[in-house]
Amino acid sequence: MSEWLHKIWRMVVAPIDWPLLGFTALLLILATVALASASPERLGAHFINLGVALLVMRAVAQLPPQRLMHIAVPVYLLGLLLLIAVALFGDVSKGARRWLNLGFMRIQPSELMKIAMPLMLAWYFQKREGLLVWRDWFVATLLLLVPVALIARQPDLGTAVLVFAAGFFVIFLAGLSWKVIFGLLGLAAAAAPFAWNLLHDYQRQRILMLLDPEKDPLGKGFHIIQSTIAIGSGGLFGKGWGQGTQAQLEFIPERHTDFIFAVWSEEFGLVGNAVLLILYLLLIGRGLQIALQAPTLFTRLLAGAVTLIFFTYAFVNMGMVSGILPVVGVPLPLVSYGGTALVTLCLGIGILMSIHKNRMLVQK
Amino acid sequence: MQIKDAQEGLEQFNRRVASAGALVLVCFAILFGRFFWLQVIQHDYYRTRAEDNRISLVPIVPNRGLIVDRNGEVLARNYSAYTLEITPSQVPDLEATIDALAEFITIEAKDRKRFRKLMEESKRFESLPIRTRLTDEEVAKFIARRYRFPGVDIKARLFRQYPKGAFASHVLGYIGRITERDLARIEDNEQEANYRGTDYFGKSGLEQHYEFELHGTSGFEQVEVDAGGRAVRSLARVAPVPGNNLTLTLDAKLQEIAEQAFGDRRGALVAIEPSTGGILALVSVPNYDPNLFVDGIAAVDWQALNEAADKPMINRALNGAYPPGSTFKPFMALAALHYGKRRPEQAIVDPGGFNFGGHFFRDDKKGGHGLVDMYKSIVVSCDTYYYMLANDMGIDAIAAFMGELGLGSKTGIDIEGESEGVLPSPAWKKKRFKRPEQQKWYAGETISIGIGQGYNAYTPIQLAQAVATLANDGVMFRPHLVKYITDTKSGEKRFIEPQPIKKLPWKQEHIDVIKRAMIGVNKEGTGARAFAGAEYVSAGKTGTAQVFSYKGAEHKTETMKAHLRDHALFIAFAPADQPKIALAVLVENGGFGAQAAAPIARQVFDYYLLGKLPKGMAPTDEAAVEADPE
Repeated sequence: MSEWLHKIWRMVVAPIDWPLLGFTALLLILATVALASASPERLGAHFINLGVALLVMRAVAQLPPQRLMHIAVPVYLLGLLLLIAVALFGDVSKGARRWLNLGFMRIQPSELMKIAMPLMLAWYFQKREGLLVWRDWFVATLLLLVPVALIARQPDLGTAVLVFAAGFFVIFLAGLSWKVIFGLLGLAAAAAPFAWNLLHDYQRQRILMLLDPEKDPLGKGFHIIQSTIAIGSGGLFGKGWGQGTQAQLEFIPERHTDFIFAVWSEEFGLVGNAVLLILYLLLIGRGLQIALQAPTLFTRLLAGAVTLIFFTYAFVNMGMVSGILPVVGVPLPLVSYGGTALVTLCLGIGILMSIHKNRMLVQK
Repeated sequence: MQIKDAQEGLEQFNRRVASAGALVLVCFAILFGRFFWLQVIQHDYYRTRAEDNRISLVPIVPNRGLIVDRNGEVLARNYSAYTLEITPSQVPDLEATIDALAEFITIEAKDRKRFRKLMEESKRFESLPIRTRLTDEEVAKFIARRYRFPGVDIKARLFRQYPKGAFASHVLGYIGRITERDLARIEDNEQEANYRGTDYFGKSGLEQHYEFELHGTSGFEQVEVDAGGRAVRSLARVAPVPGNNLTLTLDAKLQEIAEQAFGDRRGALVAIEPSTGGILALVSVPNYDPNLFVDGIAAVDWQALNEAADKPMINRALNGAYPPGSTFKPFMALAALHYGKRRPEQAIVDPGGFNFGGHFFRDDKKGGHGLVDMYKSIVVSCDTYYYMLANDMGIDAIAAFMGELGLGSKTGIDIEGESEGVLPSPAWKKKRFKRPEQQKWYAGETISIGIGQGYNAYTPIQLAQAVATLANDGVMFRPHLVKYITDTKSGEKRFIEPQPIKKLPWKQEHIDVIKRAMIGVNKEGTGARAFAGAEYVSAGKTGTAQVFSYKGAEHKTETMKAHLRDHALFIAFAPADQPKIALAVLVENGGFGAQAAAPIARQVFDYYLLGKLPKGMAPTDEAAVEADPE
């Protein structure tokens, strides 16, 4: 009997990293509280999403990192192929070509790239461990930029930023020279006026809106104005759960998805926001700790990049909702309503758990 | 060495992770700083703004653009009327409030029903109409009792009006309340902001196709509001920009004459200016009154329109596919010349039909037409000539020629809902049918294709475009209804340039042979009676299309007979040497094309070329005779 229990323990519970699970669970509870205020009719679907996401997390935590390494290249190639297919035959919705219609379902391949990108680059650096020459940085950059360009062209700036960040973190952690990083930053600043011309009209509008949202209060500036009002009027302690007038009177657009932070912020104030920030910090801290303890270059890079993706999601989302970054479609990690992003993120946590569980193994 | 490298690599990685951690801390500190700024330092400002918010911005819906005909006659306009509106979030007991209002303002059960439906679709702080088009007396009564009704107000709203009622309704289309599907279209066009406060959206016809031209740009007003939620004082205002006006190529008078010429028969007419593709008249009768839809159509009216045996909601000109009958023959003859299958003077002796594989394809005339060359084949509409011709040409050549002419594909006119029709070919049959034995093309099927029967099915607008192309010596234009769009902001006119689609590679001498024969039709042939005494030279071709039993979906015996009668068709253009107008007429179950359809074309030509009105604008005697007895 006790042997059975032991077996079950080993199978089911042992791969779980308790601190990670704890922070994740707290964020998910908080997400449920926010959703119950913003859009109670979606709670049912939300619980189903949670179930699926947690199952995925648990399943991935079981996968040994070697297995992840084996699938890196095929998954990346598949993602790239799908992105090309989208560019050629994708469905147009809201003026953008993002979805691939397979007849029985529609898929958004850029979502797959969020995980495939760090996997692929971590795999590449592992293969070239100790042999790195300047050409490798070039290859890595190419592996990164091709899918990002395809996604940006759709156009889907939010996802392009996330995928770029995911890949860039791997390259950064692998040791890309600071000189090159600052050089590129300088180059980007210099190229900004040209990039401006490449942007879509609506993307330009969004950036301009950031400077003066009051110029078009009913139109492009509406999102930012209403969400900053929501945050600002929340004050120190917030208006209380379900009491946010901005949220309840439906002034906040997409208040259950990308703008759910405005609802949270209005109803729980600065204190609530501090709680949220601390939870993210703890989650990211734990992730970085796992990266530091990881046994191989592949797992180190992967763990670090996956962790920093969480940071990017959180920073870009809160930055955009509070009006310091342009509005791009990025959800608040683990908190925004929506199955796809939730599953992707929980998959990431599953990867971290798997890496942590296997930290003592020397892989060869 | 290797070990040292690995050790160095690890240390570098650790340093990188530390840098990343520092970046995370800095970015989160920036966020926290921003929250602190908004939530502590600026809190009072934002708290006030949140208080104001419920009331501060009111969108002002722009005036919808007008639709006028080529001579400036207004076909769609707007008028202002008072509506009684309720903002649900500001009313404590909705039912009681409505009951109290009903004591002095007529509020019917259907008004309540509509209001409840609106509430489900709308946000709680929006002001929603419960009664539209109040009388002056009702307005006065409400104003006297206004203090008793917080959250209730009277507003002037704009309503669409079609001054000519059930006229050209399939061209103009109608507007209705914005639905989920319309919202998707608005979002796809990045127009969400511009539609805030707008209730209506073009649902069909020009109203639908040119929705984003007609709508204009919303304005907004910043208003101060009292405790009852009523606007007290306007603080700032950005005026809306009215929608752009459409000027049509359509001639309203011509359209009216054409519509009336149909009497109470069902059918369609499309008249095109051959040299531009501009539509002069586009008729589908019976019509419906688009005014019924403006305010949200009542369920009874909607049911009546949808279930009417006459199917007035169907745009027959674009959406009905009919066998072209003998109007197909001039194009068959042109194809024969084009492919070198016939010379004009080559004649056959018509024995009254054509025997093919044991089946006798009968001619209209018992005993046949005697010696028939190409000219005569068109003038007297000899079937046997075309049975043989089709057999000689083969289905592939026919399909290729007619396909080039645009038959069996959408013309691309600037309103939605066009059908493709059917251009029969072995490839089409293979796609159309499932079982292999049905997919095979039989040579016998080609024979009836030759006289415009069989699987042939084209829309009236395709036939009109085909005859216009012939009239225009092979240059094909995309048919269009809008001549120019007037930008209300700048006053600038944006012309819809005539779009020549292609020049068909026909020889002019071949075209002239066909034109001469079609002139003969109206002079001495099947169209002669309808065009007797005309002061211009016209060219035409009559057609009578058999209605197949598959159309007999209705099982009412009393209507059965009428619905199995042949369709009457007529295609024509005039003046024959320099065509200014080309048209196709179809009268459903009208019988002979010569009797039912050609006289309608005569009236249209008389007015367009000579300015002559039909007597008292009533249907002519001939048409009256042909009207269905039912």
